[in-house]
Amino acid sequence: MYGNLSIVDTPAGQQAADDPELLAAFEARIDRGEKIEPHDWMPAEYRRQLIRMIEQHAHSEIIGALPEGTWITRAPGFKRKMALMAKVQDEVGHAQLLYSAAETLGKPREAMIDDLLSGKSKYSNVFNYPALTWADTAVIAWLIDAGAIINQHTNAKGSYGPYCRALARICIEESFHLKYGYDNVVTLATGTPTQRAMLQEALNRWWGPIMHFHGPPDKVSQHTEKLVRWKVKMATNDAMRQEFLDTYVPKIWELGLTVPDPNLRKNEETGEWEFSDPDWDEFKRVINGDGPCNAERLAVRRMAEEQGRWVRQALRKPNHAYVAPLS
Amino acid sequence: MTIQSLDPRITRAGIPSEDSRPLEPKEDLDQFETWEVFHQQKRGDFSEHVGSLHAPNAELALVMAKEQYARRFKCVGIWVVRTADILTLNTEDEDIFATNAEKKYRDAGGYRVGNRVSAFKQQQAQAKSEGAA
Repeated sequence: MYGNLSIVDTPAGQQAADDPELLAAFEARIDRGEKIEPHDWMPAEYRRQLIRMIEQHAHSEIIGALPEGTWITRAPGFKRKMALMAKVQDEVGHAQLLYSAAETLGKPREAMIDDLLSGKSKYSNVFNYPALTWADTAVIAWLIDAGAIINQHTNAKGSYGPYCRALARICIEESFHLKYGYDNVVTLATGTPTQRAMLQEALNRWWGPIMHFHGPPDKVSQHTEKLVRWKVKMATNDAMRQEFLDTYVPKIWELGLTVPDPNLRKNEETGEWEFSDPDWDEFKRVINGDGPCNAERLAVRRMAEEQGRWVRQALRKPNHAYVAPLS
Repeated sequence: MTIQSLDPRITRAGIPSEDSRPLEPKEDLDQFETWEVFHQQKRGDFSEHVGSLHAPNAELALVMAKEQYARRFKCVGIWVVRTADILTLNTEDEDIFATNAEKKYRDAGGYRVGNRVSAFKQQQAQAKSEGAA
């Protein structure tokens, strides 16, 4: 799972100007549709942006395991429990793949985990909201993962080889998450009136975060254009949101559910979806730490890191040396 | 005050809700060495590189590799090797392969014999018919 990371940025430091000849060769390679591999020359800004993006994606996966993990002990039935455990394990596995991809760019995993715990690096805002009921997990698995898949399929066509390879593996597993989530939603939607009501309430709660998921509306800037040219950013936030609405709103309506936005409709002339502006102030507030679950999410991560430290220390050997993953 | 969570396991863990202790930065190698993983999807296939992982020793690297790269779909074998033990060519030396396409004498396609055999046979037939005349 993944989302809305594009707004979280720290300003570029004073970077030395890139060698124009190397830069031209780098850009020509990308224009030819070739991938960039870890030991290739790359502009400092390309490296910095990719580390930020992949690292935050990794953090989103590991924190994303928490809201759903909450329901493992209370999943309704053995089959659902097995499936939810598999999904949560996948999310943690995705984090492992992504941390490795980010490490190939030169940031050690230890530093990334430090930055997550200190709040320096962010993760997807949706995971700062609680999964209040079992239906919330169904809505997360279906619609949040659907948003993530759109994002990840798009980014898998980017220019950095290790990130593309990690995303290709991740997308295969996400297709199980999506189908599992849809199956859960359909079970509740075709169930008793109580089940339907629980599902509708969960959808109402999650609609805001879902609309936030792909990030704030695009503002065309020089900055973005360069990232688009370098195939770091492959689609605009608005384009991904439109794709999401186009695919999933009809599926939501078909189940007789209501989307809590009276202005949501497809404009048949433009082919674009129209909707009420999501509350971007809330988005900013939550991403900066003031959400319902921010403190808990980081405290739980910190506890896991601290309580596991003695085991890691016991296993460490003095003759070991860190080498960044190969690819 | 401890964190009261929707997850009873987290509530029971008694995590302080206000934690003023400074964060201890991780030491080097807190996350161990890196390993490269290869898997064979079915007998007869090559073992292909599938990715990397962190583990404190070879035995655990193999366990993690199974969890990370072979928890679903077909797989019949896994290899792990320390990343540090892999020697790779410098990417700047990629151009040593640049002339490969020119080495026609190494390709089956670099040898064209069919036309020459046909020409030879034609020549033979002609010589024969001329001899007979």
